Amino acid sequence: MTERIPDSPLDTLRQYEIPEGVTLHLRVAGPVVRACAWAIDALIRTLIYLALTILLGYLGELGLGVMLIGLFLIEWFYPVVFELHNGATPGKRAMGILVIQENGTPVTPAASVIRNLLRSVDFLPFLYGIGLVAMLSNRSFQRLGDLTAGTLVVYRDQNIERMQPTTSTALKPPMDLSEEEQLVILNFAERRETLSEERRQELAELLSPQTGLQGGGAEQALYRYANWILKGR
Amino acid sequence: MKQQQFELENQSLWDEIESLIHDLQRKRQHRQLSKQQHLQFPHLYRKLCSHYALARSRGFSPALVDQLHTLVLRGHPLLYRFKGEWGWRTLQFIFSGFPRALRRQKTYFLIALLAFLLPGLLMGTACFLNDELIYSVMDESTVAQMEQNYDPANDRPGRSVERSSDTDFMMFGFYIMNNIGIGFRTFASGILFGIGSLFFLLFNGLVIGGVAGHLSRLGYHDTFWPFVSGHGSFELTAIVICGAAGLMLGHALLAPRQQTRLQALKTRALEALPLVMGAALMLLFAAFIEAFWSSSSVAIGTKYSVAAILWLVVVLYLVFMGRNDGSG
Repeated sequence: MTERIPDSPLDTLRQYEIPEGVTLHLRVAGPVVRACAWAIDALIRTLIYLALTILLGYLGELGLGVMLIGLFLIEWFYPVVFELHNGATPGKRAMGILVIQENGTPVTPAASVIRNLLRSVDFLPFLYGIGLVAMLSNRSFQRLGDLTAGTLVVYRDQNIERMQPTTSTALKPPMDLSEEEQLVILNFAERRETLSEERRQELAELLSPQTGLQGGGAEQALYRYANWILKGR
Repeated sequence: MKQQQFELENQSLWDEIESLIHDLQRKRQHRQLSKQQHLQFPHLYRKLCSHYALARSRGFSPALVDQLHTLVLRGHPLLYRFKGEWGWRTLQFIFSGFPRALRRQKTYFLIALLAFLLPGLLMGTACFLNDELIYSVMDESTVAQMEQNYDPANDRPGRSVERSSDTDFMMFGFYIMNNIGIGFRTFASGILFGIGSLFFLLFNGLVIGGVAGHLSRLGYHDTFWPFVSGHGSFELTAIVICGAAGLMLGHALLAPRQQTRLQALKTRALEALPLVMGAALMLLFAAFIEAFWSSSSVAIGTKYSVAAILWLVVVLYLVFMGRNDGSG
């Protein structure tokens, strides 16, 4: 079960404590990205149908029989095959999402079959009407199939490149910082390349009343504090 | 310990774990790993987890915590993944798992059977006595089509005149797609508080009963009954089983007992799944009989004998198969 943390912010992170005693954070995927993945899969399925039709057209009525079996298998088991192979259909893979169990392990065969059989109900009355309502009424964007199978659709983890600390020297901050405040400063230093220079200075100047520094000076001071926090505490 | 010292001491360990995770995630590299490396993984992974916990609790920088978390996240599914022996599991399922799973859900099966059989018998009797009643569940053209299919003048019973040249294999494909699809929908719609499954059971009971009654009234016994009696054994039983599985979902939502509704639904769905899979296999077999045996022009007596054997097989299979494995 994903636990519900009191006073947790409204976001798409789900937490799960694994047997090793640490907490996994899973980022669940919302309706829009999942609809895109579905559209890509629908396109791929159509192409498979077309290819089957052309190929089996030569075989006459035997070919028609094979094609009907193919239609049946693709309609019900296309997602199951891919989910059991690597957790995601080609569409989901392209959108960077995958299906897992609520406990963070790969989706099991039983769960994959259940969630894809119930797809026929989620699809009602048309184009995932019930599924959408279900997704919007729980915190983990689970459609009925996901709720029943105990599965989540989450973003594939990306390897984040860690930024190196700046080369500036360490400097003890002039005030006592709580652990949380220290984390904010570290976070600022590590995220600096994702922010524009103006924004960096604007953020750094929030501390001007304490440091008495403005502009680039305020920014550099924060990097030096960050280095001090990393090295000398 | 300072963050920098912590990183210096452990970076090589993290790199080692990362490359091991990388290899384990890929099939080809996975096979090349030595047994020793495989055995090492749980130990390394638990070390990684404790480092992640340390980094969090000591307030080390968010980027380091993120990096370790990503590794923990990637490693978790590798340690706790599912491994299956498909062939063996399937055989075991057919010869013991499925009938045993069904016998555990006897009550649901009986309720589903009643929901299918009662309207079927009532409608069948009514249609046998009344010429008009069939039109309350089917429209005129469908009734006309069906009458034509089983007209004794049609030499391929069960198929319309214009489709009589269709090969058996094409019909096999059609029965698979249509019948197993109906079975799956009968199960899935049970999540709508059981109403969907009940509807499919009642509706199929009414239509099948109605058709049987109507055609018997017209005197088409010798084309209709020999055709349907054989595959009907597996097909009708399987549809009832799918309905029973759907009722389990609905019951979990309506009466979750000591669990939350969601938890009850999850538990019940896992218990219902073997029923659906077993029923799908039965429908596959029924499609085979229907396409290649029911439509053949074998003598009526032979067809009825085979049908009797098939019904006996279904009953014996579901009631007795797998009873001796452990406590079944």
